Amino acid sequence: MNVEKISGAKALILSLLHENIHTIFGYPGGAIMPIYDALYDFEKEINHILVRHEQGAIHAAQGYARVSGKCGVVFATSGPGATNLITGLADAMIDSTPIVCITGQVSSHLLGTDAFQETDVIGISMPVTKWNIQITKASDIPMAIAKAFFIATSGRPGPVLIDITKDAQFELFNYQYNKCHFIRSYNPLPKIDLNKIELASQLINEAKKPLLLIGQGIILSGAENELKTFIEKANIPTASTLLGLGALSANHALYVGYLGMHGDYAPNIKTNECDVLIAIGMRFDDRVTGDVSRYAKQAKIIHIDIDQAEINKIIKTDVAIHADAKMALQELTKLVDINKHESWLQEFKDAKKIEVDTLFENEKQNYTHELKMEEVIKCLSSITNGEAIIVTDVGQHQMMTSRYYKFLNTKSNVSSGGLGTMGFGLPAAIGAKLGNPNKQVIAIIGDGGFQMTLQELGTILQSKIAVKILILNNRFLGMVRQWQELFFEKRYSFTEMISPDYIKLANAYNIEALQITEKGNLEEGILKMLQCTSSFLLEVKVAKESNVFPMIPTGASVAEIRLK
Amino acid sequence: MEKTFTISVFTENSVGMLNRITIIFTRRHLNIESITASESEIANVFRYTIVLKTTDEQVNKVIGQIEKLIEVLKAFVHEDDDIVHQEIALYKVKMNHASSNELEKVIRENYARILAIDPHYIVIEKTGHTTETQSLFDKLKSFGILEFARSGRVAVTKPMKELSQYLKEIN
Repeated sequence: MNVEKISGAKALILSLLHENIHTIFGYPGGAIMPIYDALYDFEKEINHILVRHEQGAIHAAQGYARVSGKCGVVFATSGPGATNLITGLADAMIDSTPIVCITGQVSSHLLGTDAFQETDVIGISMPVTKWNIQITKASDIPMAIAKAFFIATSGRPGPVLIDITKDAQFELFNYQYNKCHFIRSYNPLPKIDLNKIELASQLINEAKKPLLLIGQGIILSGAENELKTFIEKANIPTASTLLGLGALSANHALYVGYLGMHGDYAPNIKTNECDVLIAIGMRFDDRVTGDVSRYAKQAKIIHIDIDQAEINKIIKTDVAIHADAKMALQELTKLVDINKHESWLQEFKDAKKIEVDTLFENEKQNYTHELKMEEVIKCLSSITNGEAIIVTDVGQHQMMTSRYYKFLNTKSNVSSGGLGTMGFGLPAAIGAKLGNPNKQVIAIIGDGGFQMTLQELGTILQSKIAVKILILNNRFLGMVRQWQELFFEKRYSFTEMISPDYIKLANAYNIEALQITEKGNLEEGILKMLQCTSSFLLEVKVAKESNVFPMIPTGASVAEIRLK
Repeated sequence: MEKTFTISVFTENSVGMLNRITIIFTRRHLNIESITASESEIANVFRYTIVLKTTDEQVNKVIGQIEKLIEVLKAFVHEDDDIVHQEIALYKVKMNHASSNELEKVIRENYARILAIDPHYIVIEKTGHTTETQSLFDKLKSFGILEFARSGRVAVTKPMKELSQYLKEIN
């Protein structure tokens, strides 16, 4: 057979098309130029979004992946291009987001010589990638890409990085692509141990006070319907982690709230009162557990996770099920009894009432004419009917959003959870809009986080991305200030922050913008933002010093959650 | 309670494996006592033998994270009773007429071997557990040790499913 030889660079593009990739976020540079040259011929097939900084590219790819369920793809050059990806890789790693990054590298004969823009990106990215590989021969490119997509998207998803030397991009070879479905040292879909399922179902059937904690694993395995069927059959109150929000509609009768440090009162205190605690697709993050030595000690613990290393990592389990959430829920549903836990569910309602009443009381005592973050979020939630895709940055606004936005749909909440990356919000929202263009995508960001990656306004301008930006400006790094107030005697060390004129800034990027300072204008402003068909920036000046409550202080137990 | 553990890790033969494995220990602030690597009984499958002192809990978490590495086939953890292990030590010792009789006695009594003899020095080899190679070191000290090198531990296990069997199961 006489096959025409093609370059490694072109083979890379063809391989991506083979993996059904049509959106790439990237930034060109010296060592990746052959790939960008090959990309030039594929304008129709591939939508390449030129970002303003590589960190923006990877956060955009994360936002894209989180709302679409597809793999995000990033191009960056060697050296600084590659090192600028590291924060995003770490974020995607800890939040289990499927990403494939392609970085250019200096030619293979220059490796290790401190050549211009050479950096050991394989070494640097090793702890923050699920897998990485350096390619020095064109013929290795198709296999590496096939493996990369298989690894990134299977099992517990995560980021993968492929570093391709410039000579391998130029080299000609006979291209052939075979998808990867099997790696002998990697087992992404563990066999379910049905004995364990039986043990778990026995515990659940005998439980008087069961509590289910769900995480992003439900969304990643597409188990939303299986989850509903299961909890409705066994009548189990269900609480969610930050990244699990939306996996179960906030309107569901069995949804009892948001877990953790700034979560809801009921699921936190009930964690230490339940008799069986079932955790699915979540990893007992310290922001969820508080003091581990006083966490759910009274309960039998069932932990279902696809990542074996998560089992018994933080919380000792009584029944550990190493499995995909969807498959485990299907098996478990078969064996659980139809049940009713009315008085137990009533306890959640009572606890919820305590929270609502106390927060209302706090509000009355501390009433000011200033706008509060929670008012803005509640207003946005009711106007959008919980149907928008909400992307948050990190800080008080993030906690307020996760508390008060009623997420009704899966894949509608995009936030930096495990890593807590300020600057994540704006670029992630760009990616989310591209991943789900028919939905309203709203980035909710604080004045601190916005200033970390605001260069991506340029991307919004150039690629005409109709993303809505809601800046909650309290002129402080609010969350750090809150901690300074509560735990550092109000010594506000470097948390007060001056902002530029955001309206002028947005206008400079040809983005329509509006500032709101009065309560009376809030609803109208939000409506205006939502009605705008292109991008829009809404700045809301909120109270300077306002705290997020409830709160579990560091070192406290979940039962010690403070309402004020 | 801290104990000595021997970890056997079986991996594919790919660039950077050693680095991937060791950073897992670094991250948990665990100090590796010794590490050796070689091809195993199966072609292209490498075996790392890692010795460390830590607790049961820590070592199990480390094993979990090592097994999570894409190119790791399997990792096992053992305590000393489950394995047969050995180290090799080389001693370069000063040589002179006055000491040669005495030196011969030490070598004989410790079942050590002579690898090289030079008018000025002698190279002695001893295999055994750390306590044994250390005891010879102490005895040779008075003769003047010019150089000393001890390998990491290599080990095979007493009761363990053969790796080839495990590979068959997953394939």
